[in-house]
Amino acid sequence: MAVIDLANPTRFLRLVDRVLPWLIAVTAVLFVVGLYRAVNAPDDYQQGATVKIMFLHVPAAWLGMMGWGLMSVAALGTLVWRHPLADVAGKAAAPIGAAFTLICLVTGSLWGRPTWGTYWVWDARLTSMLVLLLLYLGVMALYWTAEDPGRGSRAAAILALVGAVNLPIIKFSVDWWNTLHQPASIMRTGGSAIDASILWPLLIMALAFTLLFFTLHLAAMRNEILRRRVRTMQLMQAQEAHA
Amino acid sequence: MNALSALMLRDMRIAVRIGGGALMGALFFLIVVVMVPFAIGPDLRLLAQIGPAILWLGALLASLLALDRLFATDHEDGSLDLLMMGRVPLELVVAAKAVAHWLTTCLPLVIITPLLGLMLNVEMNAMGALILTLLAGTPALTFIGLIGAALTVALRRGGLLLAVLVLPLTIPVLIFGVSAANAAIAGPAPFGPPFTILCALSLMSFVVGPVAAAAALRYGLE
Repeated sequence: MAVIDLANPTRFLRLVDRVLPWLIAVTAVLFVVGLYRAVNAPDDYQQGATVKIMFLHVPAAWLGMMGWGLMSVAALGTLVWRHPLADVAGKAAAPIGAAFTLICLVTGSLWGRPTWGTYWVWDARLTSMLVLLLLYLGVMALYWTAEDPGRGSRAAAILALVGAVNLPIIKFSVDWWNTLHQPASIMRTGGSAIDASILWPLLIMALAFTLLFFTLHLAAMRNEILRRRVRTMQLMQAQEAHA
Repeated sequence: MNALSALMLRDMRIAVRIGGGALMGALFFLIVVVMVPFAIGPDLRLLAQIGPAILWLGALLASLLALDRLFATDHEDGSLDLLMMGRVPLELVVAAKAVAHWLTTCLPLVIITPLLGLMLNVEMNAMGALILTLLAGTPALTFIGLIGAALTVALRRGGLLLAVLVLPLTIPVLIFGVSAANAAIAGPAPFGPPFTILCALSLMSFVVGPVAAAAALRYGLE
């Protein structure tokens, strides 16, 4: 099935109905396995059991950033290819991405209290994630205020693309500004700095979080399509009652 | 070129006449800076330390103030439709309006900065560098704000939404503006690197801003 075939919302809804139960099942199994492995992973010699926050924190951070990437691709779909599902995808991704970013910030803050001695520091990583959350909230505000869904989604698409240009700049500027957070330790030259006993549960959790993201995203897209149908029907009903 | 300069002259004339908001931004800037010592106390040493940051923050907020008028009034009286239908590319039209907006709202901010810097006990020999950072950085604020103004005009909701959209995008400008100003005043970091990055941000927003704003107008008002 090509992407263009999914332009038909009914066909897309049928596909979602078929895929979603399997996706939910696989996500649940992965979460069970990942959480089990995470609970049984050895404690850090310095941080003790608090290191386990990482199994939620790191995947949430990755997906918070991936959410904006998905929104940018959806924005291209809206503006360039005018794919009818692209604005639904973009709109559905914004609150989910914002939620993962918030999870990342909250877990990071809870992790920071025992290890750094404070809930919040104005460090480069934390600040750039916070700015990402603010940008998400801006996009969501743009969707809320638009009376016409089409107009709102085109405006939000432009904002998503501008944000995609600006996000790396924000990241590097705050990196340059102030830093305390540890540097990248998984994807770096010379192999991972994390022991396999912790790395594997982390990767399983990351996969589980990714599938959770897509499960929620597909469900949110389905809900958005249904919401638009309800809106159209209500408008038609109002028109009939008027005539 | 003729059409663009005519448009710029028109916008500047409207801004300085009755109903225009050209000097309102400068007045707001003045009031914000005057409020600061009331909030943190009149300690001159502390003021000198945070002076550049206050001036930058005040300029940032003041430059936001008139931003929602950039397209809204033209949209209300229909001249925006004429501009969009004209032969001049919309990107250039939008850029010309932004330049006029910068000249009427941000340039006054830069001009009164020495006076406000004096009140905040900023060292006289660093004043030139501070003004230079504002001169180099405020165009970025205007051209980033241009995108927000174009996005909100079609939705007929300016004001708060505009600030919510634009402010997170201006964070790099604020960071490098303040660090260049601080470098000029206190050292020991050199003034050059943050200042050149600030200039780069302005140049980049000069390219991205008009294109994105024109796209926003085209998609939003179609």
